[in-house]
Amino acid sequence: MQVNSIKNTMIVTLAVSIVCSLMVSYAAVSLKPLQDKNKVLDKKENVLRVAGLYHEGVDVEKEFKKVTPVVIDVDTGEIVTDKNIIDPEKFDPKAAVKDPKLSEPIPPEKDIADIKRRSKYTVVYMIKQDGQLKTLILPIHGLGLWSTLWGFIALEGDLNTVKGLGYYEQAETPGLGGEVDNPKWKALWKGKQIYDENGNVKLHVIKGTVDNSKPDAKYMVDGLSGATMTSRGVSHMIAYWFGDHGYKKFLQKLKASLQQENQQGGAS
Amino acid sequence: MKEVKKALFDPIFNNNPIAIQILGICSALAVTSRMDTALVMSVAVSLVTAFSSMFVSVIRNRIPSSIRIIVQMTIIASLVIVVDQILRAYYFDLSKKLSVFVGLIITNCIVMGRAEGYAMNHPPHLSFLDGIGNGIGYSVILMGVSFVRELFGSGKIFGHVIFPLAKDGGWYVPNGLLLLPPSAFFLIGIFIWILKTWKSHLIDEA
Repeated sequence: MQVNSIKNTMIVTLAVSIVCSLMVSYAAVSLKPLQDKNKVLDKKENVLRVAGLYHEGVDVEKEFKKVTPVVIDVDTGEIVTDKNIIDPEKFDPKAAVKDPKLSEPIPPEKDIADIKRRSKYTVVYMIKQDGQLKTLILPIHGLGLWSTLWGFIALEGDLNTVKGLGYYEQAETPGLGGEVDNPKWKALWKGKQIYDENGNVKLHVIKGTVDNSKPDAKYMVDGLSGATMTSRGVSHMIAYWFGDHGYKKFLQKLKASLQQENQQGGAS
Repeated sequence: MKEVKKALFDPIFNNNPIAIQILGICSALAVTSRMDTALVMSVAVSLVTAFSSMFVSVIRNRIPSSIRIIVQMTIIASLVIVVDQILRAYYFDLSKKLSVFVGLIITNCIVMGRAEGYAMNHPPHLSFLDGIGNGIGYSVILMGVSFVRELFGSGKIFGHVIFPLAKDGGWYVPNGLLLLPPSAFFLIGIFIWILKTWKSHLIDEA
């Protein structure tokens, strides 16, 4: 048969397409369970890291048993118990932002973190000890210089003191903005306060180093040298996510319900 | 035997894909800021080049010339997807770091260049070895560049601290340029210079 005949061209095209598609589908389908497991494990590991529960060699699954994922409605600040809306195990914040059913546009004047859309629901993580809330972990994201930074921020039980901050995805300049991943810089966040006495978001990243003798030092974090835009992005992210359009309502409601719980506990 | 040797070892220095054929520069800039990502990329590219050349060579006498490029692309793309899937399943952390660059092996000119330039008119076993050889040639440059970039850019080799950084209480102030992709241009340029001085017959006629 002629190699260049139309018939042969057809046969070769078909054969190559079928063989290749079988190969690709087989790989994709057979490896999917492992990949999904990796993704879930990776998310759990990130949550544990921010909460300060992760160290090399720890059993992520076992350690994560201490953590309770909770679905919240960001708009109202209420906790959602209906599992049909969102399954906390499978919730993917990045996919949710892209899904028109699960997200809504942010009005431009409120879009401090430059993220355009926000998911209506999100999954937060609580760590309780003896019935007391010890740690609350909130997902945050926002634009840096080149990339959107995706991460978590962990709060103490008072819902105002930062316990930890960490990004699981960012593509800032390595060595400059990429230093958001530097453990030394992340350690600076511990103990900082988010809201001032009047309930306004005050925590931000400054340019240069924080003077610890100043009374406002607890609202400031050292800037990343050579990364003004990334530092600003992190500040904006805090301002947005802890503001009215972010988790403020949820935090207020949670605080109120925790106080109620404590009083009841004290009375009985 | 001579042919086998030539197919395997020629691309390492004499016909190095990056330094002499000037193919695959893009990924050589992108993934060389750390040695572990560079190593995974090298292995992935070597395997894809070897197997795609082999498969193309197996069916080379049946491929009509009118659709030969698209047939090569299909084979390459499928192999790349398989590699990407395997990385995601077994080396999740590394695949996160390599992100889009694994997918971009499809557009790595080395793979296509070898399929079209070698595998289309050589038998499968030689094509396979040629693919491995070119992969090694690519790897040599990637490992060299990433060694310099990681050592002098962040004071580490494969993530292990060699020079303690000043900001972590050590003495070494890293060179920030080396962490940025353009620095690989300088390093590749220097490598080409050294190679052409060493093997002067590779210098192009002016």
